[in-house]
Amino acid sequence: MRVNGKSALACNTQLGDALARAPGGEIVVEPMGNMPVLKDLIVDMDAVHWKKIQRVVPWLLPEGEPPEREYIVEPEAMIDITQSMACIQCGVCVSACLSMEVDPEFIGPAALAKAYRFVGDPRDAHTEDRLSDLAEDPHGIYDCTHCFACIEVCPKDVAPMNQIMRLRRHATGDYGIKDRNNGYGHEKAFVDIIERYGTLHESQLLPRSYGQGSLIRSQVEPRALKQLIESLPTAVAGLRSGKVSPKAALIHHKLPDQEQIRRIYHEIETGDGERLELNLYIVGEEGEGGAAEQDPSTGDGSEASTVPGEAGTERGGAEQ
Amino acid sequence: MKVAYWPGCVSRGFTPELHGSMALVGPRLDLEMVELNRANCCGAGVIAEHNQELVDTLNARTFALAQQTGASMMNICSTCQGAQSECQQRLDADDAYREHINTHLEPEGLRYEKGGDWSNKNLLWLLVEEIGLDKLRERVVRPLDGLRVAPFYGCYIVRPTGRLGYDRFPHRDKYLEHVIETVGGTAVEYAGSHKCCGFPVITMAKATSLRQAGRHLADAIDADADCLVTPCPLCHLNLDLQQPDAAKYVERDLNIPVLHLPQMLGLAFGLDPKELGMDKHVVKTRDVQRKVAELAAA
Repeated sequence: MRVNGKSALACNTQLGDALARAPGGEIVVEPMGNMPVLKDLIVDMDAVHWKKIQRVVPWLLPEGEPPEREYIVEPEAMIDITQSMACIQCGVCVSACLSMEVDPEFIGPAALAKAYRFVGDPRDAHTEDRLSDLAEDPHGIYDCTHCFACIEVCPKDVAPMNQIMRLRRHATGDYGIKDRNNGYGHEKAFVDIIERYGTLHESQLLPRSYGQGSLIRSQVEPRALKQLIESLPTAVAGLRSGKVSPKAALIHHKLPDQEQIRRIYHEIETGDGERLELNLYIVGEEGEGGAAEQDPSTGDGSEASTVPGEAGTERGGAEQ
Repeated sequence: MKVAYWPGCVSRGFTPELHGSMALVGPRLDLEMVELNRANCCGAGVIAEHNQELVDTLNARTFALAQQTGASMMNICSTCQGAQSECQQRLDADDAYREHINTHLEPEGLRYEKGGDWSNKNLLWLLVEEIGLDKLRERVVRPLDGLRVAPFYGCYIVRPTGRLGYDRFPHRDKYLEHVIETVGGTAVEYAGSHKCCGFPVITMAKATSLRQAGRHLADAIDADADCLVTPCPLCHLNLDLQQPDAAKYVERDLNIPVLHLPQMLGLAFGLDPKELGMDKHVVKTRDVQRKVAELAAA
């Protein structure tokens, strides 16, 4: 339900806390958001939450003959998805979702976190199909507006938005899925612009996004060109207001030491598909015991020992 | 107070009026601003989505440059605040990880050090927590009496509370209202103040993006606001630059001006609206300027 306007699980909300935050000293309880109200505080979760969960094929799709007994998986291979597996399907994130508020067809945080649970599962054989489906859907992974509302309210720290960002990372970084929603283009455009200039050259972001990262493609591909033309009135309004000068739109200064940014890019983006990710949900923060236990300073001095223990990191891409 | 000042990309790009107004307002708040001209983009959530090690290194670099000035860092962008806080949380959480990221900075002679009193705060947080509302009140020469201002925070500065220091400063989600009231205005309550402007998906899900912007603007208008004020230039792009388009998506007239936080402060400090770049908005700020001029005459 919503307590004082904020989506929450009633069973883990302390009355004292709710009262302390209540405007005017009265706790306000309302039904969950983004779902049709049946009566009083009862909403139709079947019509929204469970329907969306079904949408992402929430079961394993392995390939080949099933093994005689169980599938054998290294425990390390499952660590990456433990966070999404912690979901209890309470729907609080769906209730809080700000994208769904304006686009009821958005697949939403709970279902997309569920999708990552299978995308990240080494037993599943349809990773690329799943990613392609969610990237091409106009209400899929690129319809998430990155507002952190689901992260804020989740009672199990699933951080659904982070799982959606992982889906995007796999779709673009590992499979290069050039979706029709410009998700691939937007990420590529942004990342490339920073490598080239160090700060954001805004007037290139839109055309490059429409052209799958390329300025030239944005002007020759019919679909990109159409989008570019549609955004012209906004560009003209910007120029007319005086906030954007033609010079600023065309010329963007590089940082004085831009070669350092390039060097950092090249050190990290080595092209081997490996990515280092520190997930605090798994390693914990210092003082919680997790991080200290992962201290690799006592390791063998190899390259891997300069980063936190493998248990806390995702080395994406290579395992695919 | 000396601060390592990170203006961000957009304040020097598509919202130059933000950078300009901050330059005028800073000295009136006794801020000695050492601008970080060598620092880089925070990644705005996009580089984090692409590669976490890359974004953590880029922001560690900015932090290291700020630490070289011997002062804490100030930003004027909610998105910078959120994106940088996310990286700082990871860098501070794990010594080995931080050391690894610092190896990428070594060739440049830079290093990010955790701890001490060093912090990175948005102007909004700095106003309330370091400068203080009393001092702010002292500097007001033209109280914005009767000006109805709708606060718009930007997601990155309000969520997730666990990462953004709300345990130590639980009222950070009320600061804009406090600042508006301190400079004499009336803070307008409406549904959208802490919601999303939609900017992050403007190129990918335009309808979702502009329905969000349009709805919040409409809610502010329905609550009789004269204008909005925001500490986030990216929100400003969707709420102001895209407002004519947003009106189409919510099928109604909008036409409500959106001020940057330093512009509102500047008006209360008696600065000329033109100098504050208020003519450089897509949605004209004439009515706000007229109201403020009437205050000056009264």
